[in-house]
Amino acid sequence: MITFLLRKLGVLIPTFFGVTLVAFIFIRLLPGDPVLLMAGERGMSEERHTALMKEYGFDRPVWEQYLSYIGDLAQGDLGKSIITKKPVTKEFFTLFPATIELSLCAIIIAVFIGLPAGMIAATRRGSVFDHTVMAGALTGYSMPIFWWGLLLIIFFSGILGWTPVSGRISLLYYFEPVTGFMLIDSLMSGQEGAFSSALSHLILPAIVLGTIPLAVIARQTRSAMLEVLGEDYVRTAKAKGLGPGRVIGLHALRNAMIPVITVIGLQVGVLFAGAILTETIFSWPGIGKWMVDSISRRDYPSVQGGLLLIAAVVMMVNLVVDLLYGLINPQIRHTE
Amino acid sequence: MPLLEIQNLSVSFLTAGGQFKAVDGVTLNVEPGDIVSIVGESGSGKSVAMLALMGLLPWTATVTADVLRFDGKDMLTMDKKTRRSIVGSEMTMIFQEPMTSLNPCFTVGFQLTESLKVHKNMDRRACNARALELLELVGIPEPQKRLSAFPHQLSGGMSQRVMIAMAISCNPRLLIADEPTTALDVTIQAQILDLLLKLQKEQDMSLILITHDMGVVAETAERVVVQYAGQQVEKQEVRGLFSNPHHPYTSALLASLPERSQARKLPSIPGVVPGQFDRPEGCLFSPRCSFATELCRTTPPKVASHEMGRALCHYPLAEGLPVGHPENREAAA
Repeated sequence: MITFLLRKLGVLIPTFFGVTLVAFIFIRLLPGDPVLLMAGERGMSEERHTALMKEYGFDRPVWEQYLSYIGDLAQGDLGKSIITKKPVTKEFFTLFPATIELSLCAIIIAVFIGLPAGMIAATRRGSVFDHTVMAGALTGYSMPIFWWGLLLIIFFSGILGWTPVSGRISLLYYFEPVTGFMLIDSLMSGQEGAFSSALSHLILPAIVLGTIPLAVIARQTRSAMLEVLGEDYVRTAKAKGLGPGRVIGLHALRNAMIPVITVIGLQVGVLFAGAILTETIFSWPGIGKWMVDSISRRDYPSVQGGLLLIAAVVMMVNLVVDLLYGLINPQIRHTE
Repeated sequence: MPLLEIQNLSVSFLTAGGQFKAVDGVTLNVEPGDIVSIVGESGSGKSVAMLALMGLLPWTATVTADVLRFDGKDMLTMDKKTRRSIVGSEMTMIFQEPMTSLNPCFTVGFQLTESLKVHKNMDRRACNARALELLELVGIPEPQKRLSAFPHQLSGGMSQRVMIAMAISCNPRLLIADEPTTALDVTIQAQILDLLLKLQKEQDMSLILITHDMGVVAETAERVVVQYAGQQVEKQEVRGLFSNPHHPYTSALLASLPERSQARKLPSIPGVVPGQFDRPEGCLFSPRCSFATELCRTTPPKVASHEMGRALCHYPLAEGLPVGHPENREAAA
């Protein structure tokens, strides 16, 4: 188990360096520099521009900048935001809980609907339910997030007036963040109506963000289940006189979960990409929105740091998925 | 009262090309303590008939029968729940591929005790004790260690022993073994067969052995049913079947045994079992039968008398000669 972990970590380190390089170079490929953007519409004099460029170290060759960035990184320093002058790490971890809360709810919706839907579709292959689920999944998968988000806002917020349009909680409530998760904080604050306000703010973005993972999980579960249901050991389970709950929910599902877990792990990456759009549409103060803002302001340290931290989170999740495999499938555990 | 009573069992599958009859009018009685063997080539519907009895066929299958009774209980009309209380406890089955028949995600112990939990409501301690006893019974060394092993850590022979242990865990009255030794190597085959016979005697259960191996039949069975293209073509005591087969197909099967062959080249039956699209009109064996006449090719035969092994043939064999066959009559005259 330990060698297994070490080997996985060994792969992560070069990947990590790859990410630093890509993030560093791509943001510098964008036209415009942070100093010019800071000046705004009025612009600034040539001398002032040169002086500021020198101050931030942007006048040095790119490789030199990269090396000093890596040097800082090795000491755990991701730099300071050019705009807010706050450490990138601090900014990131202030906003991160909002994104986690949103992504977690999205993936919970996706798993708790997608998994049963895929299972039932597989066991009733060719039925109306099966066709409906598969058509729904295809639609969900093909729908652009921003358009789907706007549709939901128009319908539920605009026409029905059921949910708020943006933000994390109504302005009526204020309390100091404890966990950073609005649902938990609002419950702990003890203020009446705070929790339901937080929930009503969360529900639409979570549905929007969860739609694509939901579709993917439903389809993957269905196909994995169909394959497993034809296996000899499922016949053995039936031959034991076990009920459909045990045959499908235990014997078949345990095996079908192996490819499904992979897909769920991969969806975490998709979630972060989706969070950028979803957070922008719903003005959700998470890292997705923060990244978009940082890119448009050419806030180099924030973009580099943010990308790196997001990549780290995605890699960690994939590592956990790899470990989960072993728990579900003993064959993998023993050959490692 | 027979333990198992099957009359005119038919199974057809819904395929892209229409309905395909895989089992056609199978009739079988099994008394308590009987060992019955069902023999036939691949595609003769041996397994399908037994899977139908167990209720293990996919939804594309339609099962019909005049009588389908186990221990006096009508399996045709009983609800699924009652059927499940019999299947896996009183009537169990083991399969051809032991390596894929065990679930790779669960330990041997878990799979072995599952039936006990479900059917007998045994607690964990009792289950564990019974599991050890069962593993010892089927001859698995170090049973305590094996309980926590996963199927991929077992060999084919070991897996089949575990399957057998699972099948006999609730003291069944009928064990159906569907080609239990086909996927195993020869030395293991004999061990598994011996084990099945030993258990059959000790547990006093009936055994239905599905096989395509006449050698296995000769060693194990008391009664034999020969099946061809979904139909039963002959039923006999094992001794009679080997000394005096009544159906030309049985005779041809026996002639193709290497032990019985005197020629340099192994004799074989030309052609293959008819499939969905090349089913002959009359006798299904007529295209491959050396005695076939115009009558055979046009009219389906009737079942012969008990003395003639209930052979499904126009000219059943007696001591190797077709009775009532036109050429034979000429020869006799």
